[in-house]
Amino acid sequence: MKRLYLLAAAAALIATPAFAQNTITIGFTDSVTGPLNVDSLGQTRGYEFWRDEVNAAGGIKAGGKSYKVKFVSYDDESVGGRVQQLYTRLINQDKANFLFSPYSSGLTAPAAVISEQYGKIMIDSGGAEEKPFEQGNKYLFMVITSATHYLSGAIEALKEKDPHAKLAMVYSDDPFSKDVLAAAAQQAKAAGLDVVLDESYSPSTTDFGPVVNKIISSNADAFLGGGHYSDGATLARQMHDQKANMKWMSILVAPADDKFAELGPAALGVTVPSQWEVQVSYKPQFGPTTAQFVKAYEAKFHAPPDYHAASGYTDGMILQHAIEQAGSVDPEKVTAALNAIDVTTFFGRIKFATDPGHHGLQVGHKMVLAQWQMINGKLGRQVVWPTEAQSANLLYPMPASK
Amino acid sequence: MLGFIASIIDGVLVGLVYGLAAMGLTLIWGVMDVINLTHGAMIVAGMMLLYLLASALGLSPYLILAPSLIGGFFAGIALYWIAIHRMTGRPPLMSLLSTFAVNLVLVGVGTAVWGTALFNVEVSVPGFSLGRYTFPGPHILAAVLAAVIAVGLYFFLHHTRTGKAMRAVANNREASELVGIPTTRLLAISVGVGVALATVSGTLIGTLFPYTILSGDSYELKGFIVTVLGGFGNPIGALVGGVALGVLEGAVTPFVPVSWTLVIEFALFVIVLIAFPGGIFTRRRGGL
Repeated sequence: MKRLYLLAAAAALIATPAFAQNTITIGFTDSVTGPLNVDSLGQTRGYEFWRDEVNAAGGIKAGGKSYKVKFVSYDDESVGGRVQQLYTRLINQDKANFLFSPYSSGLTAPAAVISEQYGKIMIDSGGAEEKPFEQGNKYLFMVITSATHYLSGAIEALKEKDPHAKLAMVYSDDPFSKDVLAAAAQQAKAAGLDVVLDESYSPSTTDFGPVVNKIISSNADAFLGGGHYSDGATLARQMHDQKANMKWMSILVAPADDKFAELGPAALGVTVPSQWEVQVSYKPQFGPTTAQFVKAYEAKFHAPPDYHAASGYTDGMILQHAIEQAGSVDPEKVTAALNAIDVTTFFGRIKFATDPGHHGLQVGHKMVLAQWQMINGKLGRQVVWPTEAQSANLLYPMPASK
Repeated sequence: MLGFIASIIDGVLVGLVYGLAAMGLTLIWGVMDVINLTHGAMIVAGMMLLYLLASALGLSPYLILAPSLIGGFFAGIALYWIAIHRMTGRPPLMSLLSTFAVNLVLVGVGTAVWGTALFNVEVSVPGFSLGRYTFPGPHILAAVLAAVIAVGLYFFLHHTRTGKAMRAVANNREASELVGIPTTRLLAISVGVGVALATVSGTLIGTLFPYTILSGDSYELKGFIVTVLGGFGNPIGALVGGVALGVLEGAVTPFVPVSWTLVIEFALFVIVLIAFPGGIFTRRRGGL
């Protein structure tokens, strides 16, 4: 009997740690499998990199307590249909305190329906589409520039180089790309540029040969378009192979990945709107500088960070800042702190719209335009627009196919 | 007008490659009524082989067709013993499910190893130009090679003992067994040849476009349309079906918005299924 008491006492000792450890759980889904895997991986690495740094520094400090950060995540297989089920699970079963977005607009919109339903804060770095922010959501906050401004820089740069440029717009018919190009078409018209071709294609298109011929027939000298990944790369290669000889090409998303260099000469001169590049140098009010971020990231992952990694990291940093400002993990208090945020980080300025028609939309951050150029004999991206942020001069017209 | 002609020529070139990509699918169907859902994954296997050998060893992309053909043949034989052998003679859904399962495993392993990152193989073959429109050299060469491989398959099926035996098995398996044809071995060889056609077409497609581990799906889908156009189980019909599809894509693109191309393709798919249930270029059932 005595032995039993001793055992019970020992068990009680093990079960009650000397100091209660506070943790906050953050839930998200990422695309471990399926077509969004590459971009999603960058974003997830950004999340995890932030978590490891925060925990190494002792956690998030708020209201005299410190909270360790714990992640729960699931593979959404790049499919919108799974997202709602998984976010419901993250909230109900895994008791997530806060949420991060999945990658891409198509997946973020359904996830936001769930986060809003349960009154959970979701910080979004993966979906740039504006629609979810026009529906009166209260707990959804976007740290990246929204789709309508993706090509603003390209249009401005193009207008300066050639005020009479004729534009061909050919893009994937997914919600993000359509949003981006619809806004770009309006901005082009306002800038007095002529849009001579405006068409969308199915994401499963394999051969763009006839499309490229159509672009050539339209007598355009500038091309804006693309979509997500392999379609954008295929377009770039076929434009080069078929000697479309555009003076300007802006392609969404695909050229922002370092693997775009695989295309060799077909990549040269292609521009891509980017949320962030390793060359940008904002003066952060807190958190790392760009140089510190890049160095630590490369040491950990043995690869340079892309903008998805930087925006993922920013998700965490902004949530942490809001919790610290609120001095609490109470969702209403953190929401109020997020609404009041107006800060500059290594990722740029962050400020959320607070009017009910656009609540949570990013209004502080600005994108840059990057161009693939030869840097010391190797292909790499240079920031070419806006001029005050550029790391190299814009190549215009872009090099012709040989 | 020149643009239209250019698009038609482009359509023929790409169509021949579509046809080659569908040939393996329709051959396996013709011989044993099995829809091989690993077809897309095998096309990607051909692409990956191209990437690995071309970038690691610096081989010419066209030399890699040989290892792709041989490797594909043995992969096909393995596939037969793993996923198809015990399913022959059972309801078609069984082999559909088992090949689908193998497909998921292959794509899953591929994603784990390479991710869905982009691969591209640069090929420099001079093309020719028609006014402002250019036909890239790799497209012309791929189309010619696709036609050569198709002719080779025709001779194999009609002028070799094994080919003739394959056609006999397709026509009537029991009767072939009665005359002493080792049908199991021939079924395995048929899957081998079918998969070899898939990997070779993957290697050729890899010289034309950049690709990811998931690119196979689109070509498998195209393969089904081509198979329906060309006739189920008719490999040479598949080549004609492929050209028909390529020309259709080329011919409609200049006149309608690009997003309508798929709508028109699949509408045609339905019409052909209703009007010619066996395909336009089909011969009698089992006539491989």
